[in-house]
Amino acid sequence: MRYLDEFRDPAAARRLVAGIEAALARLKPARPLQIMEFCGGHTHTIFRYGLHQLLPESVEWVHGPGCPVCVLPRERIDLAIALAQRPQVILTSFGDALRVPGSETSLLQIRGQGADVRVVYSPLDALELARREPQRQVVFFAIGFETTAPATAFTVLQAAAEGIANFSVLCQHVTSPEAVRALLADPVLRLDGIVAPGHVSTVVGADAFAFIAEDYRIPVVVSGFEPLDLLQSLAMLLVQRLEGRCELENQYRRAVTGSGNRTALAAVERVFEAASGASWRGLGRIPGGSLRLRAEFARFDAERRFAIRASSAAEEVLPCGAVLKGRLRPERCPHFGTACRPETPLGALMVSSEGACAAWYRYRGRPA
Amino acid sequence: MNGRVTLAHGSGGLATARLVREVFVETFADPELDRLEDQARIVLPEGQPVFTTDAFVVDPVFFPGGDIGRLAVCGTVNDLAVGGARPLYLGCAFILEEGLALADLRRIAESMKRAADEAGVRLVTGDTKVVPRGAADRVFITTSGVGVAPPGLDLGAHRLRPGDRILVSGPLGDHGAAVVDARGELGLEHDIVSDCQPLADLVEALVSQVPVHALRDPTRGGLAAVLNEWAQASGLDLTVEEAAVPVRNAVRGLCELLGLDPLYLACEGRVVAAVPSAAADAALALLRRHPRGREAARIGEVNGAGGTVVLETPFGGRRLLDLPVGEPLPRIC
Repeated sequence: MRYLDEFRDPAAARRLVAGIEAALARLKPARPLQIMEFCGGHTHTIFRYGLHQLLPESVEWVHGPGCPVCVLPRERIDLAIALAQRPQVILTSFGDALRVPGSETSLLQIRGQGADVRVVYSPLDALELARREPQRQVVFFAIGFETTAPATAFTVLQAAAEGIANFSVLCQHVTSPEAVRALLADPVLRLDGIVAPGHVSTVVGADAFAFIAEDYRIPVVVSGFEPLDLLQSLAMLLVQRLEGRCELENQYRRAVTGSGNRTALAAVERVFEAASGASWRGLGRIPGGSLRLRAEFARFDAERRFAIRASSAAEEVLPCGAVLKGRLRPERCPHFGTACRPETPLGALMVSSEGACAAWYRYRGRPA
Repeated sequence: MNGRVTLAHGSGGLATARLVREVFVETFADPELDRLEDQARIVLPEGQPVFTTDAFVVDPVFFPGGDIGRLAVCGTVNDLAVGGARPLYLGCAFILEEGLALADLRRIAESMKRAADEAGVRLVTGDTKVVPRGAADRVFITTSGVGVAPPGLDLGAHRLRPGDRILVSGPLGDHGAAVVDARGELGLEHDIVSDCQPLADLVEALVSQVPVHALRDPTRGGLAAVLNEWAQASGLDLTVEEAAVPVRNAVRGLCELLGLDPLYLACEGRVVAAVPSAAADAALALLRRHPRGREAARIGEVNGAGGTVVLETPFGGRRLLDLPVGEPLPRIC
């Protein structure tokens, strides 16, 4: 399979690992270097290919919060559930969100009890459903980072252009750079390098992550998602440290430009505005860290249309927040692998394949 | 036969009799069915009688490489075959949704007959029910099968031994990928065809010439489910070399796009075999000589005590190949 196999070539991986080992030997870090991969897609690649096993102990991956399902706060799931339980509503969602536990139940469980919850691959599928079923109210549960926000924006614009009155959006779009800022403000984290998200950068542009190097003096590389991409990005971070540089570099040039996708950004800008309202699971409220529909499109806001609001969040008793911030390794959580397992997740990190806990779980019991 | 299935077709009266005669009895063409009795009389050769049953609800009913009828025959035939049995007789129960086109039903019945002939099995008894529109989705089929295994043949996870080699008879995931693609929700253009086929002749050739320890057909849950069940039942660790597992490029591509793992995708015409290491080369050669096993491959081995399945990545990393959680692809068979 061209364009994939060449980024998964084991011989090339061994060469990159040798280069990383050589760089670490010259760096001689006093403690293991901590490299955070922000994005859950990168976490998935690290575990799927066993990259962490190939590297010396003097470098550690810290798994960041960049998994949209994992940072879904419980009260937003509860809101989606409340909407789905209204008889006139068809709640549409990406498949990942269905198993995420709310306060008492999940979308998947209420579907089993008769609620009309449907999986879509795109918000445009939800809009098509609204066209086909004009007597029903179709709500799209809009989750995700900058990667999915443009599709929601285009869909809202399309709905507005066609005057479709039975379509609305339960908006839970969140933004990555602000989340990285919130993380870096935590004094406990001492990161030696950051692998910045590749898919998000195709939209926002690599330059959106330059502040990591400029404001926080941490080397940063925007990376692709194949195993060789990640190994090369790690090597680039180490070379920066060796050469005493601290800057933004773009390893994922085959997909990411400096300024991003202007059309997508313009659509997001047209439909959404930055907000601080929606909280992130484990991270709390992040200033400017979420998107809400502009007043002009408020009629597509499901919370307004149905006049419902999230109840204040119950106290989060799980240590998911510490895991999301890279402070607690998943296997050290008291619930990991016992009460919290992929088939019975307590926290969202155990749900998505991009969640750090689900990834750790699959790798548990690693044979020597 | 034009028209559509109506509730009258399930009434037990004239319309039922006509449907059974014109669709099933004519198409299946078996003297036992011609008797139009409520049961079939069967004769079993010497050996261990083996019995199984399976229900089929695949959506869509027709897909590249097969349809629900072919699937219903192959699925039950293969469940008998991986027990080492030669499949002999099938019974089939149909649940039809009011409004199903009779032409579609006939097409499904003809496909069942072709698959049964291919597998050397007779369709000897059956039943038909009709439910109101919305109470089922077009057509559901349950097939039961009877076969006979050679006396003394013992296959199963309890016979796995450290050092056994694990073989598959062909590329994995074709059926699951073909059905997902046939739903047409993704607007992809390629030519993935289901591997749906009866495996009785392939398995008979294998077990008659090689001292096979265990056989399974990797349907729902794919290879990952079969190997995990073997590991748990035997208490032994299994190792799979990821690079050795055959997967077609189109299937890999679809999986990449959808975030699926081909090791969890259903097959309907493949067999996974565990054989003693001394017999592995002979077993592989035998599979590859057979028209249904040309792309067979050796993918891993049985190790010592443990009870887990470990995947060795092409980079020398190792990860656990866990049981699938939830249902990524409902109504695949």
